[in-house]
Amino acid sequence: MTDDTQQAEAKAAGAGARRDAERSDDAAALAGLSTAPVDEADDAQGGEGAAGAGAGSFGGRREPGARGALAWLGRECAGWARWFWRQLTSMRVALILLFLLALASIPGSMIPQDNVNAPLAEDFRERNEALSEFYEAFQLFDVYSSVWFSAIYLLLFISLIGCIVPRTWQFVGQLRARPPRAPRRLNRMPAYTTWRTDTPPDEVLAAAQRRLRRRRFRADLREDGPGGAHVAAEKGYLREAGNLAFHLALIVMLVAFAAGRLWYSEGGKLVVQGEGFSNTLTQYDDFESGTLFDVNELEPFGFRLDEFHSDFSRETVDLGTPTLFRADVTWWDQEGAEREAEIEVNDPLHVGDSRVRLLGHGYAPVVTVMDAQGELAFHGPVPFLPQDTTLTSTGVIKVSTYTGPDGEPDQLGFQGFFNPTYNIDAERGPHSTFPEPDLPVLTLNAFHGDLGVNSGLPQNVYQLDTSDMEQLRDEETGDLFRFNLVPGQSIELPDGMGTLTFDRLEQWASFQITTKAGNEWALASSLAAVGGLAASLLLQRRRVWVRAFTGDDGHTVVEMASLGRTESAKVPEELADLAERLRPDAPLVPDEAATPADETADPAEPAESAESAAAEGARP
Amino acid sequence: MILAAGEELADLSNTLVYSAMAVYAIAFLAFVAEWILGSRSKVARTAAALTGEGDAAAAVPAQASPVVTVTKGGTTSVLERPRIVTRSGAPGRDDVPDGPGASGGDVRGDTYGRIAVSLTVLAFLLHLGAVVVRAVSVERGPWGNMYEFSTAFSMTVTGAFLAFLAARKNVRWLGLPLVTTVLLDLGLAVTVLYTESAQLVPALDSIWMWIHVPLAIVCGGLFYVGAISSGLFLLRDRHEAKVAAGEEVKGWSASVLERLPSSVSLDKFAYRINAAVFPVWTFTIIAGAIWAENAWGRYWGWDPKEVWAFITWVAYAAYLHARATAGWKGRKAAYLAIVGFVCFLINYYGVNIFFDSLHSYGGV
Ligand code: HEM
Repeated sequence: MTDDTQQAEAKAAGAGARRDAERSDDAAALAGLSTAPVDEADDAQGGEGAAGAGAGSFGGRREPGARGALAWLGRECAGWARWFWRQLTSMRVALILLFLLALASIPGSMIPQDNVNAPLAEDFRERNEALSEFYEAFQLFDVYSSVWFSAIYLLLFISLIGCIVPRTWQFVGQLRARPPRAPRRLNRMPAYTTWRTDTPPDEVLAAAQRRLRRRRFRADLREDGPGGAHVAAEKGYLREAGNLAFHLALIVMLVAFAAGRLWYSEGGKLVVQGEGFSNTLTQYDDFESGTLFDVNELEPFGFRLDEFHSDFSRETVDLGTPTLFRADVTWWDQEGAEREAEIEVNDPLHVGDSRVRLLGHGYAPVVTVMDAQGELAFHGPVPFLPQDTTLTSTGVIKVSTYTGPDGEPDQLGFQGFFNPTYNIDAERGPHSTFPEPDLPVLTLNAFHGDLGVNSGLPQNVYQLDTSDMEQLRDEETGDLFRFNLVPGQSIELPDGMGTLTFDRLEQWASFQITTKAGNEWALASSLAAVGGLAASLLLQRRRVWVRAFTGDDGHTVVEMASLGRTESAKVPEELADLAERLRPDAPLVPDEAATPADETADPAEPAESAESAAAEGARP
Repeated sequence: MILAAGEELADLSNTLVYSAMAVYAIAFLAFVAEWILGSRSKVARTAAALTGEGDAAAAVPAQASPVVTVTKGGTTSVLERPRIVTRSGAPGRDDVPDGPGASGGDVRGDTYGRIAVSLTVLAFLLHLGAVVVRAVSVERGPWGNMYEFSTAFSMTVTGAFLAFLAARKNVRWLGLPLVTTVLLDLGLAVTVLYTESAQLVPALDSIWMWIHVPLAIVCGGLFYVGAISSGLFLLRDRHEAKVAAGEEVKGWSASVLERLPSSVSLDKFAYRINAAVFPVWTFTIIAGAIWAENAWGRYWGWDPKEVWAFITWVAYAAYLHARATAGWKGRKAAYLAIVGFVCFLINYYGVNIFFDSLHSYGGV
């Protein structure tokens, strides 16, 4: 819309008072065609307006005495506050804030983020200590919840609210008001047409109103206005509605986002085939939640992993690429009724507000350890964690209740690899070449001593703390004791310390159990935003005026003009179409001599546009 | 799972890509010939409109004069039907007519231009064939790795160009820059990015793969067309400013710029494309978020790919605001549009290659 204002301004420049009057007339025709704030301080004009009040000048004259000073201070503060608010809610500042938001997002994509990839961030800290301190100071490991990033988007959203609320009221007002009356000189509008007819003016106007309404314009027959009776019509309110809906949806989206961070819970659980999980805090391997989440509110449900399926391509081009991961589970809720479900990577299980998602999988060798006295010391599946895509896996076996050959209680620890398709070379040591168990081999070292499980410190089940342990050695060679087993095989530990049997292989799957608030709101508002955007960017809001009056020669003169917010070719095309439809009601009277501009009641200078174009030169 | 037939089809797809490149190369030469032959014509309409030499209205051909007759179907006669007079919105530049196009009205140049367009159509068909055959050979959407993404991306660029031509838009001036970059992109695809990998990991096997990725490709192709016309707008705008200031403009660059559409037309063309694509890009990001929610349990996690999609989105939002803000429209807005597209490129090539992202389906 500023384009058109500028146009009006340009044309009035250097002309007399008559043009000033015309300008305000045109401006009235344009008013409210968009609810976009008019930027008072126009760069091109040297930035006056609101900012022109200048520093320290809001208070005005200061009366002597304390009361005068206080009053001055009050005016000053109010003035600054108003000035600041006006700046903040201006389009220009919104634009700058958007720009800053984009810039501020960049570092978070380059520096590893604690919230996105914690191990990577940890690793980075270890390798770059000095730099990390600097990063830490500026919250660069946590960009998206840092003070400065939050400041930018909060300011942006305050600006957005400050802009959207008055715009919404203004728009509601427009919806209830009549379309603005026609300017005196319609031929100054961006698209214009005129012709003469013998139909009386009131009939032309009635027909025009009918036609416009049929085309779903809001058309209003008006007798007032400087140029006489006319039809004023407007269409495309949906554009503005869409724009407002889009900006409002952004606010809802931000609120939903915040809710998602305050009320979420997220936990992980590794489940071996045949075992189960019930949704209480103690059962989780790891768990975190938002500040306002109440862990007593965890959905009461549970599930059992019946079977895990995986499939991998054996084609040479993409050997080992997985083609299927599926967990068949049986789950139950509060009532206890059991149901079966399949969980796939993109297809989580929904139970109430909770979602159970398949995250990973691996193998768990089932191992039996007999102690030196021939008693059962350990039996069960031991999950090994995959290290690469071919599932080279590492793990530990901890035997905490064990009796040694001397009859004294001792503890055993085993540490090593499980490889589903075993291979060994000098460079990589034992590793796997394919993720399926074509040649499953368990490769372990053995330790005895204190596992440290009773030390009271939290223990990682996947790591062996060997600081208080001694590695077993081969009786005969004295080398470190290290062995390979395939399923079904057993091995005698040195010095009659017992046996270890690799009974069979199980699979495990890891699951992520999450609840999140505000997901529906985020989805609904984002879809509303798209809809609003489409309406806002693809629709045109425009006004059409039709005026009819009796000309000097006794014929009726019909004038039509239209004005769009943006200069789209569609606006004049639509006017042509409307004129064409009105023509049967107001047939053309031929007139050889007349050009359209000459026919108007208040003739414009015919060469005006060419002249002003030449005078203007380059665009300002 | 992939049979030998699949590999044969993949080979056929490669052959089609190479054939398409060969035809694009000839089309490229024909476009170049069009521009060269067109340089012989003398056009001085921009200057006439901007410096007011002579009667502007007379110097300017009818279809571009400030007084425009818009007719709907059939012939126009002032005596038989009302005539629509449109007045330009902004003073000055709005009266500058569009250039005559690459051939500059030269008959032989125009012939070469037509040949170039026909060749581009042929190349596009080969290109389309390559993408379709690739899809059949891998039994999924042909956008599972960077090679496939790049091939499909340049295909949408050509497709958009031809669609604009088919809709009788004045876009033949886009032919040379587009075909050049399509050739570069395909060259990069077949040399550096080529991957034989056929299967998708399960995380990528989702209905959203059919929505999110193709939409991203289409948005990228159209944003690219928008960015090119913003770039040409900047050049042409400076040219017009020089002409208006009465500076002497000479040489091949002046001759080329003279034949482009006016700065106002270029700016509008870029705006229309970007404005139409922006909602689609918004939806693309949302589709990605829904997918991420299904696959990873969170719809937004500030993964580098997500960050750059967001930055791209914000840059284009800033562009759209700039177009509606006094003091920002024009050159500054055009820079923003180009920045937006650069962000898109960083998101695609940069993040896949240099960043540690969950989205690393790169396979470079
Ligand atoms: C302080 C914040 C904001 C203010 C004051 C604001 C204001 C406006 C206004 C007045 C318009 C209408 C312009 C016109 O009618 O041409 C508009 C359009 C738009 N806004 Fe915002 N906006 C803000 C924030 C945002 C944000 C955060 C986004 C998204 C990233 C956004 C995206 C858009 C889009 C896409 C349009 C459509 C532009 C067009 O009509 O060409 N806005 N905004």
